[in-house]
Amino acid sequence: MYNEKVMKEFMSPQNVGEVENANAVGEVGNASCGDIMKISMRIENGIIEEVKFQTYGCAAAVATSSIATKMIKGKTVDEALALTNQEVIEELGGLPAQKIHCSVLAEGAIKAAIKNYLENYKKEGNA
Amino acid sequence: MKKVYLDYAATTPLDRRVLNAMTPYLTEVYGNANSVHSFGQEAASAVDNARRTIADCINAKRTEVYFTSGGTEANNWAIKGIAVRYREITGKNHIITTKIEHPSIIESVKYMEKHGFDVTFLPVNSDGLVELDTLEKAMTDKTLLVSIMTANNEVGSVQPIKELAEIAHAKGALFHTDAVQAMSSIKTDVREKNVDLMSFSGHKIYGPKGIGVLYVKSGIKPDKFMIGGHQERTMRGGTTNVPAVVGLAEALRLTVAEMEDNNAKVKAVRDYFLQRVQSEISHIRVNGGMEHRVVGNANVTFEFIEGESLLLLLDLAGIACSSGSACSSGSLEPSHVLMAIGVPIEIAHGSIRFTFGKDTSREDVDYVVDSLKNAVEKLRIMSPLTRD
Repeated sequence: MYNEKVMKEFMSPQNVGEVENANAVGEVGNASCGDIMKISMRIENGIIEEVKFQTYGCAAAVATSSIATKMIKGKTVDEALALTNQEVIEELGGLPAQKIHCSVLAEGAIKAAIKNYLENYKKEGNA
Repeated sequence: MKKVYLDYAATTPLDRRVLNAMTPYLTEVYGNANSVHSFGQEAASAVDNARRTIADCINAKRTEVYFTSGGTEANNWAIKGIAVRYREITGKNHIITTKIEHPSIIESVKYMEKHGFDVTFLPVNSDGLVELDTLEKAMTDKTLLVSIMTANNEVGSVQPIKELAEIAHAKGALFHTDAVQAMSSIKTDVREKNVDLMSFSGHKIYGPKGIGVLYVKSGIKPDKFMIGGHQERTMRGGTTNVPAVVGLAEALRLTVAEMEDNNAKVKAVRDYFLQRVQSEISHIRVNGGMEHRVVGNANVTFEFIEGESLLLLLDLAGIACSSGSACSSGSLEPSHVLMAIGVPIEIAHGSIRFTFGKDTSREDVDYVVDSLKNAVEKLRIMSPLTRD
């Protein structure tokens, strides 16, 4: 059902957990649908220095979480915002059609975390 | 790598003795059972003997046993054949079934609904059982057929078929039961249970795939389903699958003869599994009641994790079981059976069905529980859901 790359990411996911002193946290999905993705980041000078995820969901959800966090680590906020689910799927070498929604979830979690960061940033009067 | 198969409700391995009984009919006895020459007559006589064996096993007459391609066909035939025929004869147009049936029943009943029938899907209690007064209240003067499975495929609940059939009959309706999941562990006497139609298949009782039976009580005439052949007294056309028929008969004969011993063995390993899981893994729940349940079924929800992930990790450890979540089929709906017995939707996705068989050993269970503990821990570390 899944290709080797997806299975590898699922078996040995990178960046699992929560970033300490995170200044950007985003969570999407809900337990009723069987998918929740939570991403936390520490962003400094517009650069994503650290990023980790926690995911409740199928193998595709775990694999997309892992690969997406790898793709945005060290990137600027703008670059991370520009990441699309299509790029995540390509990086994984493809996903079964019924699993495409999992990659949408990863994109959503990243955007939610960055939105959270931008709001915090404004509140602190740094804007 | 060690391999453990805990998906006996999906299918069972073919018993060697069944294979031996089938082999001549896959090789030298290849005649068409409908041919008049000796090649055909030898095959026909094997089919006759098989039909007699099966009839004896379920206390039916030979003429009440119809071979089909499996449980799904038998279920389709029972619902559609009875509905069409008896609406014509009686003018009735109401079918009752339950919310926890196999899709081949649910979809057949919905198909009849599309063709103008009124249909009722009965709820079940948290043990997965239909309560008698629920059926009683649903019966109307228009009810022509009640179809309730003997044993459920996901949570293993065993219905009080005799009592349910009595309620249907009291209101003048026919009673069908899908006994596919029951045949391996429950002695089924169609006269004692007083059912009018009953479906079962070969591959759930260590027999071959692609063969099933619809028992139809004499005097009851469903419409023909597969038309265009003289087989099965013209009721079900199509060249008889002789080796499979012979295999099904031998599988059923062995199942009935060895049922007591096998049930004791299977129940012991299933109970040992549940006892270890319950004492060694936190935040779990066993779905369905334990009292009226087939001996080989355990359905467990592991909170905070999703079933497909767990299924895949177990598969990588050589363990085969089945997920209650339908995520893999593209829908995000969890199992209709777990929903019907009241498992909260937030945790239903983390449900796994383990079904045990006559070859499952205690060592197998130990290996599975150890692997399960690792897999559950690994996924829980990854999960954002909290344990409080």
